[in-house]
Amino acid sequence: MAETTQLNPGVDDDIARIGAPSGDATLAIAGFTEEGENLSEFNDGTAQHGLKKHSHGNAPVIPEASRGERLKSYNLADFPVLTGREEDWRFTPLKRLRGLHTESLDGAGPTVSVGGAANIQVETVERTDPRIGCAAIPDDRVSAAAWAAAPVATVITVPAQTTADSEITVSIRGKDAAPAAQHLIIDAQAFSKAVVVLNHQGTATLAQNIEIRVGDGAELTVVSVQEWDEDAVHLSTQQARIGRDARFKHVVVSLGGDLVRLTPSSVFTAPGGDVEMYGLYFADAGQHLEQRLLVDHAVPRCKSRVTYKGALQGKDAHTVWVGDVLIRKDAEGTDTYEVNRNLLLTDGARSDSVPNLEIETGLIEGAGHASATGRFDDEHLFYLMARGIPEKEARRLVVRGFLTEVIQQIGVPALEEHLSEAVERELAAGNL
Amino acid sequence: MATLDIKDLHVSIDTDQGSKQILKGVSLTIRTGETHAIMGPNGSGKSTLASTIAGHPRYNVDSGSITLDGEDVLSMSVDERARAGLFLAMQYPVEVPGVSMTNFLRTAKTALDGEAPSLRHWTKDVKQAMAKLRIDADFAQRNVNEGFSGGEKKRVEILQLELFGPRFAILDETDSGLDVDALKVVSEGVNREHSKGNMGTVLITHYTRILRYIKPDFVHVFVDGAIAEQGGPELADRLEDEGYDRFAAQGTAAASA
Repeated sequence: MAETTQLNPGVDDDIARIGAPSGDATLAIAGFTEEGENLSEFNDGTAQHGLKKHSHGNAPVIPEASRGERLKSYNLADFPVLTGREEDWRFTPLKRLRGLHTESLDGAGPTVSVGGAANIQVETVERTDPRIGCAAIPDDRVSAAAWAAAPVATVITVPAQTTADSEITVSIRGKDAAPAAQHLIIDAQAFSKAVVVLNHQGTATLAQNIEIRVGDGAELTVVSVQEWDEDAVHLSTQQARIGRDARFKHVVVSLGGDLVRLTPSSVFTAPGGDVEMYGLYFADAGQHLEQRLLVDHAVPRCKSRVTYKGALQGKDAHTVWVGDVLIRKDAEGTDTYEVNRNLLLTDGARSDSVPNLEIETGLIEGAGHASATGRFDDEHLFYLMARGIPEKEARRLVVRGFLTEVIQQIGVPALEEHLSEAVERELAAGNL
Repeated sequence: MATLDIKDLHVSIDTDQGSKQILKGVSLTIRTGETHAIMGPNGSGKSTLASTIAGHPRYNVDSGSITLDGEDVLSMSVDERARAGLFLAMQYPVEVPGVSMTNFLRTAKTALDGEAPSLRHWTKDVKQAMAKLRIDADFAQRNVNEGFSGGEKKRVEILQLELFGPRFAILDETDSGLDVDALKVVSEGVNREHSKGNMGTVLITHYTRILRYIKPDFVHVFVDGAIAEQGGPELADRLEDEGYDRFAAQGTAAASA
């Protein structure tokens, strides 16, 4: 079952009517075709920019046979040097990575300070600690490089049977642009309950691995907020292993930074797991915000829901959402649905949305996905204003309403309020 | 008693082939309590008049005036016109992603009245108005017009008419695309609002059938951007029998002259 909808279907062409298309301006976006499947023009990491119309030239992207077959390794050398032609990097402008994929990641990196709950355990451990690798294994080159380079890891443990006595806030503050690696582990032990909020601020060129272990019967929410300075580059792999009957909620909020690329994944390891993954992103002119998700249904009777929503405004604002869902042979009784919605507020923005569903068994409860990308156009504005709503309020009404659905899922009132305000600021900055 | 006065209105649109004149000198006076039917063949400029009154940016007013109790409507922005009491029930209501009907209706009501409606009364008013127009309660949770059928969109336009209580309502082919039952429901809604005695109504239509349910005081026939003939309700009856052919013949004669 697959559904693909469009918010703004074509309308007929009667000259004297309200619903007429607002102008015939064509969208000239570099690298954009009707399929939206081409590499962005500036993607190539090696060739000189602008020499060729499409940087991939005669070497097409070779799709994987299955998302489940992607290379995973702790060993950096196992991953070939990136060219930008890889299936999972084809949308990412490598030349804007500030060396994250080529340089050694030996910068000091952002500071990490953990606050909030008192009845949890926070440690900084050496690379030899046995918990490193408890929930994640790199599946791309930058992640593997960060794995090798991170000098220490921060481990946050919510002990078994413990309910954290308040939210756990992890402040990640970047100080400089030297390429750096970072490693975090969130270990929610059996039957624990906690909410962890990761706040990324400042400037950084950061490759990050976050391992999340959700123990049997545990209930964990992880919120990753990217409010970087405008030059920051952030690649983050956030892999979660979900135990028996565990509940995991993962929320991504990407607002700041020049290039932010998150690859969250949830892997079910035992039956009865329940995962919700939410995302909200707001890209301004020139900003690249990318998220590539994986939900791996490897075992029976697990449930997953994915909802990502994005707003884009300004020239060359670019967002990418790729949602991979794997239902493996043994995953009978799986129930999964993923949806991505994008709202283009101005001309010149580009949103790529690619839902993928691989199903190896028919004995499932349900599986589906939907993707829709719509334009905020003058007719929306006219309609709302014709009902007395001033222009600015009309625009905000649309965007706020659109993004609120995700913000409401966070469940931390102070953070929800903060993010609502942040969205308002984004709108104000875009002069909307 | 309010008066909406349209004087010698000339309107054009920009096309690839340059400016195209659509309205060629339209004059019309509508007073509170009156119902005016504007009829005419396709492309005669009926909808252009409606959109121009509401302030759609696509239409350029080249000359003439629109005033509401002496206030210059043409100098007002779209939202100011709405707040001055003009309401356009749209021919093709657009879908607005991300905004629920509930939120939209409340925001609009607040903007129109200058203060938020009392939550308790408002919720009740909305529910009752929806029930009368036979709109399912779950529409309130859906996004504005998103996924609504043509008939549902038209009902929702009239829902707004009843909730906002404008001084002048312009209904742009609200009857098109409605089956008989929906036409009745929608007409009843217009009549309910009109009978309160605070509203002047302009009913733009291609067909005469809605005039069985909404009785006009005046009928104006649009041909080629101007009023070709006007009169009382009897004119509509004549159109029902004869159609627009005799006007088309006039137009052809005028064009070839």
